[in-house]
Amino acid sequence: MKIVMVYFKKGLVTVAAWGLGLLIFVPILWTVLTSFKTEEEAVAPNLHILNFSWTLENYIEVQARSDYFHHFWNSVVISFGSTAIGLVIAVMAAWAMAFFPRRNTKDILSWMLSTKMMPAVGALIPIFLIFRDLNLLDSKMGLIIIMVLINLPIMVWMLYSYFKEIPLAILEASRMDGAGLWSEVTLILAPMALPGLFSTGLLNLILVWNEAFWTLNLTAADAAPLSAFIASYSSPEELFYAKLSAASTLAIAPILIIGWFSQKQLVRGLTFGAVK
Amino acid sequence: MAVNNPAHEFHDKLIQPTLELDRQTNWASRLMLAPAVVLLLVWMIVPLAMTIYFSLLHYQLLDSDRTYFVGLDNYQFFVTSLGFLTAIANTVILVASVLVLTIAGGLGFALLLNQPIWGRGFVRILAIAPFFVMPTVSALIFKNMFMNPISGIFAHLAILIGIEPIDFLGLYPLQSIILIVSWQWLPFALLILLTALQSLDQEQMEAATMDGAGALTRFYYIVLPHLWRPLVVVLLTETIYLLSVFAEILVTTNGGPGHGSTNLTYLIYARSLLQFDVGGGSAGGIIAVILANIVAFFLMRMVGKNLE
Repeated sequence: MKIVMVYFKKGLVTVAAWGLGLLIFVPILWTVLTSFKTEEEAVAPNLHILNFSWTLENYIEVQARSDYFHHFWNSVVISFGSTAIGLVIAVMAAWAMAFFPRRNTKDILSWMLSTKMMPAVGALIPIFLIFRDLNLLDSKMGLIIIMVLINLPIMVWMLYSYFKEIPLAILEASRMDGAGLWSEVTLILAPMALPGLFSTGLLNLILVWNEAFWTLNLTAADAAPLSAFIASYSSPEELFYAKLSAASTLAIAPILIIGWFSQKQLVRGLTFGAVK
Repeated sequence: MAVNNPAHEFHDKLIQPTLELDRQTNWASRLMLAPAVVLLLVWMIVPLAMTIYFSLLHYQLLDSDRTYFVGLDNYQFFVTSLGFLTAIANTVILVASVLVLTIAGGLGFALLLNQPIWGRGFVRILAIAPFFVMPTVSALIFKNMFMNPISGIFAHLAILIGIEPIDFLGLYPLQSIILIVSWQWLPFALLILLTALQSLDQEQMEAATMDGAGALTRFYYIVLPHLWRPLVVVLLTETIYLLSVFAEILVTTNGGPGHGSTNLTYLIYARSLLQFDVGGGSAGGIIAVILANIVAFFLMRMVGKNLE
């Protein structure tokens, strides 16, 4: 009898959890489904869920009308570019602070984090004017610079928390075994630091891909990544739900997949190592 | 180097036996730290200094020849302008409501998912998904496909159960934006809190149960203290991002109707890049920086106490 009760409770909790999870997921699911409908079916009030005539025409249409992949490519260049540059700068800083700590290391770390407290809008006008004068408005290079700057503190913190976990004793052991600096770095430190680098890179990719304040304010037709380009769908001309859904699905799919696969690392990165 | 850390002192002595090498690594580590520090220093100081400078000028972008010093006039105009108090109120309401909804909802859902259930991993994947959706996309999806009073899903459902469809963004703009933003951030709270819950020591919980502690007692004395740190981190991170909510407003309501859904960030954006008033926008920017720093000061004190 008792075992029945346990299963009954587990079943009840399962149903509740699945219900809530699905409820939260509905907007995304609905968007993906709508992207395969015709525009007529997309607005029809019959709420067909799967029994509609599936089509790929929206995806073709979105590309044909607005050169969608131009903006997709911008997102790729900006997120990977800023992640690569940011990693180089952050690895050096985190490395120095983790392995050669000084009295002020803690202060430098908190100061770096405190730059995140500065609201972006407080820097909007100067950045806009500087970019205008340097011809960086609506350029991928300009956005890459901004993305590196706004995410550098998070990258340094995250890498620092990973590097701190590399035991120094292992270095001593390798020294005693006669390892030179080069083999020390390539054979011992790099493999141990790689997971941290990888997670930090992933988190940065997600943050940059989805950033929308600077992309909306600093780009136009040419360099706009998806987070800014999609906003042009906010003023509908005609039937457009299915096309909006297709554009949205393509914009969120890559990051959704990366995010799902890197949950654990994300938690750690987003909490600066406080939750593992 | 490493004055206070015996482990590092030991390490340094061991692998850097000569003074010469010591000096070299010292320089190398300073050099490695320099780019990040210099970049962030420039990023912190230059825009802020320029914003302060502009905030003291009469400076219209379209009429930049007639630019002159006006003292604190811009601040006075900005603070007394139509919409300032509304924007402050909206900012506070937005941040506070989303914090309450996402942290309470995220905690509740995390506790539910921490029970023994079938398919936890899958439910977790479904529930954290909105966090990875870019703000412009989530705003557009809700605005068009859900909240549209004629062809949105909410309207279809309303008709289905026989009530009048509601024009959410027209009648309840701020509440609608709170819903959208909460949808994006509840998964964040859930993800962090669930991960923290799963690292809770199960033996401790069992021991407490054996000693006769009820579910509430266990929650209050074991679970809650364990969650305190992650909760503070969630609070801090969300507050930083929520103070700067922008894309959701731009895409859905443009701050309207009137100033109905304008927050401080949006008000400054509108003054700066829609009305081209560099002086006024800069004064607003400085006010936003000051307010954010006040909030940050209190948050950092909380965090400092909890993260030591």
